[in-house]
Formats: sequence, structure tokens, C-alpha cells
Amino acid sequence: MSVVTSRASDPVVTIGGETANPVSRKVPIVFTAVTVIAVLAAISARSGDTAFRFTRSSADPTQLPEMHLPVCPTLWVIAVLLAVGTLFAWRRLLVRRKVPMWLVAVYGTLAVIGFLVWAGVGHAIPLVGLLGGALSLAVPLVYGALAGVIGERVGVVNIAIEAQLLSGAFTAAIVSSVTKQPLLALPAAMVTGMLVGMVLAAFSLKYLVDQVIVGVVLNVLVIGLTSFLYSQVLVPHADQLNTPVRLDALPIPLLSDIPVIGPVFFRQTIVVYLMYVAVAVVAAGLFRTRWGLRLRAVGEHPKAADTVGIKVISTRLWNVALAGAIAGLGGTFFTIGSGIAFNKQMTAGMGYIALAAVIFGKWHPIKATLAALLFGFASNLQNTLSVIGSPVPSEFMLMLPYVVTILAVAGLVGKSRAPAASGKPYVKG
Amino acid sequence: MKLELREITKRFGALVANDRISLAVEPGEIHALLGENGAGKSTLMNVLYGLYASDSGEILLDGVPQRFTGPGDAMAAGIGMVHQHFMLVPCFTVAENVMLGHEATRFGGFLNLDAARDKVREIADRFGFDLDPDALVEDLPVGVQQRVEIIKALSRDAKVLVFDEPTAVLTPQETDELMGIMRQLRDSGAAIVFITHKLREVREVADRITVIRLGKVVGEASPTATNAELASLMVGRAVELIVHKNPPRLGEVGLAVSELTVIDHHGTHVVKNVSFEVRRGEILAIAGVQGNGQTELTEALLGLQKHVRGSIRLDGVEVSGQSVRHLLDAGVGFVPEDRNEDGLVGDFSVAENLMLDRAHGEPFVKAGSVQQRKLMEFARSKVAEFDVRTQGIDEHVKFLSGGNQQKVVIARELSRELRLLVAAQPTRGVDVGSVEFIHEQIVAARDAGVPVVVVSTELDEVSALADRIMVMYGGHIVGIVPGATSRSDLGLMMAGERMTEGAAA
Ligand SMILES: Nc1ncnc2c1ncn2[C@@H]1O[C@H](COP(=O)(O)OP(=O)(O)OP(=O)(O)O)[C@@H](O)[C@H]1O
Ligand SMILES: [Mg+2]
Repeated sequence: MSVVTSRASDPVVTIGGETANPVSRKVPIVFTAVTVIAVLAAISARSGDTAFRFTRSSADPTQLPEMHLPVCPTLWVIAVLLAVGTLFAWRRLLVRRKVPMWLVAVYGTLAVIGFLVWAGVGHAIPLVGLLGGALSLAVPLVYGALAGVIGERVGVVNIAIEAQLLSGAFTAAIVSSVTKQPLLALPAAMVTGMLVGMVLAAFSLKYLVDQVIVGVVLNVLVIGLTSFLYSQVLVPHADQLNTPVRLDALPIPLLSDIPVIGPVFFRQTIVVYLMYVAVAVVAAGLFRTRWGLRLRAVGEHPKAADTVGIKVISTRLWNVALAGAIAGLGGTFFTIGSGIAFNKQMTAGMGYIALAAVIFGKWHPIKATLAALLFGFASNLQNTLSVIGSPVPSEFMLMLPYVVTILAVAGLVGKSRAPAASGKPYVKG
Repeated sequence: MKLELREITKRFGALVANDRISLAVEPGEIHALLGENGAGKSTLMNVLYGLYASDSGEILLDGVPQRFTGPGDAMAAGIGMVHQHFMLVPCFTVAENVMLGHEATRFGGFLNLDAARDKVREIADRFGFDLDPDALVEDLPVGVQQRVEIIKALSRDAKVLVFDEPTAVLTPQETDELMGIMRQLRDSGAAIVFITHKLREVREVADRITVIRLGKVVGEASPTATNAELASLMVGRAVELIVHKNPPRLGEVGLAVSELTVIDHHGTHVVKNVSFEVRRGEILAIAGVQGNGQTELTEALLGLQKHVRGSIRLDGVEVSGQSVRHLLDAGVGFVPEDRNEDGLVGDFSVAENLMLDRAHGEPFVKAGSVQQRKLMEFARSKVAEFDVRTQGIDEHVKFLSGGNQQKVVIARELSRELRLLVAAQPTRGVDVGSVEFIHEQIVAARDAGVPVVVVSTELDEVSALADRIMVMYGGHIVGIVPGATSRSDLGLMMAGERMTEGAAA
């Protein structure tokens, strides 16, 4: 047996008598890898310029000139900055301090800019379109992720997000087509999403069917049902039933005039504004209010919650229903939010990606939202680059959103733990 | 408020856990409920609290029949309970746990955490408990969790209070404080049911005593009865309350710990530069108020703590930094202080729990498959030997009574070849008859030449078992003294006062 006094992987260093937290090495390692890649890119870069466009159209109130960056020098500058950041991260590790979040954010942004410069050589990158599109792609994901967070926090795995999104999209299309009032479609979509949530709750809470199985079955069922109704009812009567009136963008005065940020965040539809509100409300509610405390208690230790008089089953039921309503609202984005008619399987697995965002976001509404936004950004980056034509093979580009999400999460998110009773039925003894 | 239970019957399958039990508790009375492990005490209280629905019988409060569909109803009717198995949410803070279910809120449903903190501090002060309202419950040792569970029950001004073994992991001082509080509550007119296995407490605080055996009321006793009388009424036979043990036959140093420091995941030093030795054939008992590093020290001995400096030698061989698997195979027996968290898998059967740490090879597993026959035989013999009251060895462990779960852990750890035994709160929640048996088994292990480390908050247990006593305070060793040291000296040391160092270190 060898003499091991402290573990090599987790050295403990003492500073002034007290020991600081053991710190993870992930961040410096990821930083190093990115820096190496940046240097390689700088070495191999083709000469030329990359342009960044800051305005969408000549109608924008504030017109900013395009910015032209010479590829080689820019990449070198970025590589050096990244290297400095990496050194700083290693230094923090040596003194057992965490790498601050702002550094990770700045580092990530620099790396992305570097990538854009490298990939967009000889082209103009429409920044507003890139970011705005990213936000749009993320909207249903954010709603879905919130629904997932609420579900898991209260102890029910909400696999049926996909079904809730899809049924919301479907209902919204019909209601908006029939009434010509897209605003009416919002509550209607919430109701259908809620119904899907309640079916999930009824089977898993009352009949104790495995939650994952019910969720998957619901997804298949709703896909089948909407596809059937689509081809049997919507297609023949497309004029009456499937020409949804689109939600108008409502520019927010003043805020929408800010360059870049304005058009991206504040010239959106009500669905997007409601999303901002929903994220804030869920985040504050979950951790600061009685509703959230009880909800989390039920998801962590239902018996303890029961012994203080909280009704476990009905808490779960109503919160799963609420989650369904939120996802249903997110579903409206596919149809009336984008002005597109309903189509078979138009959610295309977004519900599952939302679920992934829940886990990547450590069951936290804000972090899950960030994960969803990151995914949206990577997806839209892929769109934008394939439109302007970039040197990267398109097969690789299609992988980009997934690769980026996995890397960001695996590399930078710390250890996480699901709510203890998530997925477990509560049976009184 | 007057509490009356009439003819309560509760069955679990074929087992009649409560067989027409009647019990009356007057306002202003402390009523002690005594009985062996598995007698049905907790079951009866869970029926009262609305957690179980009784098969027949009535609950009356001030003469009015009650219908409880859940704990919410019972609480609304003025019943409060300290649960034997803590009902705390691990990832919540102390304050959040205390406020849960009757949260003070500000405008818009926002939690008023300040009010909850104040409440925790106020009740903790009344007890002389030291408790940080913002500590996460999962970071607290069981003794401290017990304090939280008590504070939670007291925070709601109940008229009928049930204490289900609240003192199993409290120190004598804390127990005295708690009994003081119980008297105060009684004097202000509360009806109190008090369940404990410690006869000293019963005689000190109880006004009336009811004894339950095998689900039936077998009689009442007066608080003036002697320990021996109470014990024999409970168990149905005479019980030896003193452990017989011969002077130790000391062998070589078995366990040598030197300059051991343990750092928890917050980066706090919880065990500070601790050195001691335990010889083969010797029992070293570690005494001290919970939360002074005992838990982390025992966990470090089994390799459960991540950040450990210093050396731990087993029979002269360095083992610190080794994996838990390795240490178990090397013959370290470990009884964790929190059996539900670390000692048992609730959804596994009794038999499976008995082989839990030997699931990777002989004798129970051959070529990757469990030797069912061998396991069943083994389990049956252990269940008989340790008197585990269960419906069968296939019963899920989570359905066993608290004391019987403890016996499963003890049986498992004591039925292997050991080179070191580390036992934290070995008799937590165990009835007097079984305490006797478990103590005999620990002494037998010591006499067979095993070095033994026992951690206990119960000074009677410490004095009964220890050849030497080590007292910890604030992560340090206050002193190591002979087994015969008086209670009052130990009490002083547990408060951090240094004695002149005893026989050996
Ligand atoms: N949910 C359950 N399902 C099946 N059997 C149970 C259940 N709860 C308790 N039992 C059984 O009922 C009997 C009484 O258990 P109970 O917990 O009331 O004992 P107790 O008197 O509190 O014992 P202890 O002193 O060990 O806590 C035990 O034999 C136990 O195995
Ligand atoms: Mg009990």
C-alpha cells in the first residue's frame, strides 16, 4: 500500500491558516483548449476582411456604419486576449479561487467573435439578424424549459413538453384563424397545454404510471392527433382554419431605439415579452415565495411536506398543470408568433431540447433560460453562416448547436443534482 | 386539550401493529409511552397525526371525535409531532424547514425569512441550543437535525404534542433542557406524549406511563417504579442494565491516527490536527456534543471524507486516501450515525441490506449472481440472533420500526471479520433489552482483539463501554481520559474545558 496523505486530484492548499474551497479545474482546461484552437485558427486564417453589420434595414432610426475587421490581425489579438484569460484562470486555480462568472462570459464572447471573424471572411455578418434570430429560436425552448423546471421541482418529470408545445401551436393556429384575434389564441393555447399537463398528472399521480412513460406516450399521441387533424381537417379547410393571423411586433418606445439591443430584444411580439416576465416571475417565485418553497419541498421530500400539512398530490397536480400552460403558451410561437400556418410535427423535437436545457440549467429557471438561449444562438449561427456561405462544412455546422451546448455545459457548469423526489410517485404509508 | 384514543387498530397486511389500543392524555400531563422496538408506538402516533388511517377506532379531542384525512387536519386541530424519522427537507435551511407549511409572508406571497430566523433563534435560545438558522439541514449532524425537528414542532403552539424519541441523539444537557421545556408546556396546559427508550428520562418527567408490547397495551406503571421494573414490563423479562466486561487485554496498536485534519466542502476545518491511538482489544469512546467533529472524524476513518490531511494507520499500514471499498475489504466495520441516510437502502429487503457491503464477491455473490439460498440462511440467522422484529427477511427495510432498522445495521457490521470497528450512536433508538445485547456484542468484538471506536452522545453508554474516553470540542481533542471518569468531569470537558491529561494519549 502506498502512503497517500491527500488526494492528488484534489489538492488542499492552506492560505493564512484557513483553507479555501476545493476548486474545479474544468474552466482553465476548457480555456486552454479554446486558446489553442484560436491560435491555430489565427495561424491558418485566410487573408481578407470580415464585416459586421449593426443595423437591420435602412429604416432603423439609428444607423451605424459597418465595421470591417481584417481577419489575421483580429484573430491574433483575440488569441492573445484569450491566452491572457487562460493564464488568469490558471492563476485563480493556484490560489484556490473560482474563476469569476464575468470572466467566463467575456471569454466566451471573445471566442465567439473570433469564430465569426474566422468563418465570415469576405462576407458581412448581420449582427442584429444573428442575435434576433437566436432569441426567436430560443423562445419556445425557454417556455419549455420553464415548464420542465416547474415540473421537476415539484417532483414530476415533464417529458410531455413536446406535446404541450405542439398542442399550443395547433390550438393557436386554429383560434387565430377562426377569430382573427391572435390575442385570443394565447389563452386557448395555454388551456390545451394545461390539459396535456393534467393528463400527465392524472396518470402519474393518481394511477402511478411511470412518469417518463406517460410523457412519451403523450408526445406520440399529440403528434399523431395533430397530424391526423391537420391532414383531415386543416388541409381541406385551410382558408378558415389554418391561416392564422400573426401577432404583431410591438416595439417598446425608447428601448427599441437602442442600437443592436433595441431591435433584438424590444421589437418583438407579446409572446416574447411575456417570456421575459415568465422567466423573472418563475425565478423569483421559486426561491422567494411561499408557492416556491412548498413546491420545492414537495419535489424534494414529499413526506416531510405532507407532515406539515401541504397537500402533496394537489400541489403536484396544479403545478404540472401550470407548467403545461406555460409550455402551451410557448407553442404559440411556432404559428401565430412567426406567422406560419400549422404543419405536422412543426415543433421538431424542441420539447426534448427544452428538457435538456432544464438539466443543463441545473433545474434553475434562469440558468435553464441561458442554456436555451445558447442553443438558440448556436442554431442561428449555423443558419446565418450557411446563408452567407462559410468555409465550414455544412454537416459540421448542423452539429454546432448541440456541440456548443454540450461543451458549454460539460465544461463550465458545476455539479448538479436533480430534486430528490423527481419522478417518484408519492404513496401514503 | 384532552386527547383520547379509543380502541385504535392498525394493520399492515397480516401484522397487527396496533391492536385495540386505548390511551387518554389529560391536559397538563406528560404521558410516557414505553415499549420494545416494533411494539407499535410510532404507528399509533402516526395514526393520531393523520399519517396513517386506522382500520378502526376513534380519536377524540376534548371529547369530540375527529376525522383526520391527513396531517394538515391533525395540525389544524392542534396536534404537533416530533417525528422519529426526521421530516426535514435536506436542501432547505433550518429557517425554511421551520417555516414550511405556515410561512410568514410579505406582500405578494414573498417569504419573510427574517421572521423565520427570529423564530428559530428565539426557540433555540429557550433551549440553550446553538443553531444557525441559515445552515443547510443536509450539512448538519443528526444531533443538530434533531434540534431542528424539535424546534419545528414547538414553533406552532400545539395543544397536543407528540415527541417520538426526541432524545435518541441528544446529549444529557440537551435532554435536560428539553425536559424542562416539556414541563413548561405541560404547566401551560398542553397534553404531551413522550416516547423514549431511556428509563431515566421517563422516571424524571413522566406523570403517567403506558407500556405497549406487540401492539397491545400491557399495563400502566407509575413513575416511581424502578428501572428494572420498567425494563421488565417493557421487554417481558428481566434485563441487565449494566454491561459486564472484563478488564481489557490490550494488544498492539491497531488504529493510529496522527495529525488528522478534515475539511468539509465549505472549506471549514471540522477536525483539527487530531492524534490518538486505539489498541487491539480496547474500546475508545468519543464523547462530545454533536457537531464538534465526531461525525467527520468517523467518516474520515472509513474514507468517506474527501479532504483529509494527516495519517490514519491500520495495523501499521497507512490507509488514508484509500477508497471506502478498500477499507471495508480491509476489515473496517462502520455503523453510521444516520442509518437512513448512510446505513440502509429503504427499498431493499432486510436480507439484501444485510449483505449490502459484501455485494461484490464471496460468500454471497458467485460469478456475478447472488447466492439466494446462502443469503436467506444468513439473513434468517442474523434476524434471530439480533432479535430483529420483522414480518420476514423479504420485508422492505423502510417498513421496520426505527430500533429494528438500527439492529439490521449493527447485525451487518458485526458479522464480518473485523480489524477495526467504528460505531457512531450504535444503540440509537434501540430498546433496553436490545441495548444490552448490542453492548455485549461490541464488548465481544473488543475481547476478540478488535480495536473499537464508539461515538455516543449518551454518557451512560460511553461509561458502560469505554476503556478510555476521548472528548472532542470544536474539532479538537479536549482530552483522553480513563473510562471511569466521572460524569461531571466529562460534562465540563464536553463544554471545552481542558482537564489534566489522563492516562495515555
Ligand atoms: N408502513 C409500514 N408497513 C408495514 N409494516 C410497518 C409499517 N410501519 C410499521 N410497520 C411495522 O409495524 C410494527 C410497529 O412499528 P413501529 O414503528 O410502530 O414500532 P415502534 O414501537 O415505534 O418501535 P421503535 O421503538 O423501534 O421505534 C413493526 O413491526 C413494523 O415493522
Ligand atoms: Mg418508533
